Amino acid sequence: MKLKLHVWRQNGQNDKGKLETYDAPNVSPDQSFLEMLDDVNLDLARTGRDIIAFDHDCREGICGMCSQVINGVPHGGQDRTTVCQLHMRKFKDGDEIFIEPWKARAFPVIKDLVVDRNGLEKIMQAGGYTSCHTGGVPDGNALPIGNPVAEYSMDAAECIGCGACVASCPNSSAMLYTGAKVAQLAVLPQGKVEAQQRVLAMTEAAKENGFGNCSNHYECQASCPKGINVKFIAKLNREYMKALL
Amino acid sequence: MQLTQSSVGRKIIMAVTGLVLISFVCVHLLGNSSMFFGADAINAYAQKLHSLGPFVWVFRLVMLAAFAIHLVFGIQLTLENRAATPETNVQVKRLKTGFGAETMIVSGGVLFFFVVYHILHFTARVTNPEIYVPLGDAGMVDVYFMVVNGFRSALPVIVYVAGMIFLFLHVSHGFQSLFQTLGLSNDKSLPVMGTFGKLVGFVLLLGYIAIPLSIVFGYIKL
Ligand code: HEM
Ligand code: SF4
Ligand code: FES
Repeated sequence: MKLKLHVWRQNGQNDKGKLETYDAPNVSPDQSFLEMLDDVNLDLARTGRDIIAFDHDCREGICGMCSQVINGVPHGGQDRTTVCQLHMRKFKDGDEIFIEPWKARAFPVIKDLVVDRNGLEKIMQAGGYTSCHTGGVPDGNALPIGNPVAEYSMDAAECIGCGACVASCPNSSAMLYTGAKVAQLAVLPQGKVEAQQRVLAMTEAAKENGFGNCSNHYECQASCPKGINVKFIAKLNREYMKALL
Repeated sequence: MQLTQSSVGRKIIMAVTGLVLISFVCVHLLGNSSMFFGADAINAYAQKLHSLGPFVWVFRLVMLAAFAIHLVFGIQLTLENRAATPETNVQVKRLKTGFGAETMIVSGGVLFFFVVYHILHFTARVTNPEIYVPLGDAGMVDVYFMVVNGFRSALPVIVYVAGMIFLFLHVSHGFQSLFQTLGLSNDKSLPVMGTFGKLVGFVLLLGYIAIPLSIVFGYIKL
């Protein structure tokens, strides 16, 4: 396939940045989106031009590093799919593709498609942990946690911290991410102890690190590669009210 | 402090005041519908409200407070949310949100001006003083006469119909939003609440515009 790419190029925070157009003349439908970009970069490097910087690591949809807004949707809009798991067979010969970075005040651009997502780590540091000693690995059957609770917690724990929820949100709110982290721990015995201080600290950290407020647009769930449900935001709100009372 | 300054705290305030306002517009519509049962019905209703004496003022103050708090935090949250998104992508494709949700500050702003006009029109006797005639000797006015004559000219009719379209937009997102904000929704109830909220908004729209339109088309007359 032959594709035309419009890629956001920006040299750090002080650069204004703009879209540049590149041809991808020889794309295989079996390539992943990142492999397609690797080929474009190879060509750029061969001709002595600046390669397109983009984040990636596992390339199997579990690390949360890949982060590109493709045709206006974080991760490209295929249900529950990260950029690295998006395949070129989803596109047709002659397509024009817009590739842009996450855009939010909390995510300053480092270069091109690479943004600084430390804000999410700051939220995590504010309370995404338990301070009790849990000892060695317990016998699975000895854990007093019922299956529905464990499943609920695991559903929340699926979040890979990619930040697509923030990028898709009209308010750049990190409430889905924060809600998932709060909910995941709040239902477990180890997490319950610090539940109140956790929810207060984590929502405050989200605000301090430049994320917006939630207006319940639900764009986050629609673009989340793990399908994290907005019921975890409702859970965060419940936990918040419990902490205030 | 947490409640009035934090992200979630202020949303809870928006939701509670929003619930007060929605409850009010529903009850207000029920009361106003006595216009369809003739002059005696609406005047009896007005008389009943009047007889509550000081409670009328308590009620007005509560409504005013809810309205003002909702307005101030609505503007503040919206400004913060815009500041958190200084730039958008060149291509932006929304998957889930809708026109009503994206224009809450606009529909809310229009509702503010609508309510100001509405009070000047039917409560403070400023815009159309000629529509007030006394009824009995307890300082009451003939509400039926006031409403029918209040919709004699085109301007109020247009303002009320337009205002109610914005009420529909605001409630069609706000209804489900308030349940989510108060933590009262889950994955099963949320879509149901979304549909139900649009229905509530639509019933409010139809119900409210039915009164001026019935007057325009001569179904309600003196
Ligand atoms: C004074 C005029 C008004 C303004 C400026 C205003 C503004 C807003 C704004 C900006 C939001 C969204 C807040 C956010 O970002 O999450 C909102 C939410 C809401 N509004 Fe209003 N509004 C007004 C009047 C009303 C009225 C008359 C009603 C009731 C009929 C109402 C009901 C609601 C509800 C239920 C919500 C959802 C609360 C939530 O998100 O949890 N508003 N309003
Ligand atoms: S909630 Fe979803 S979109 Fe947000 S950081 Fe986690 S995995 Fe990414
Ligand atoms: S590169 Fe790890 S999730 Fe995409």
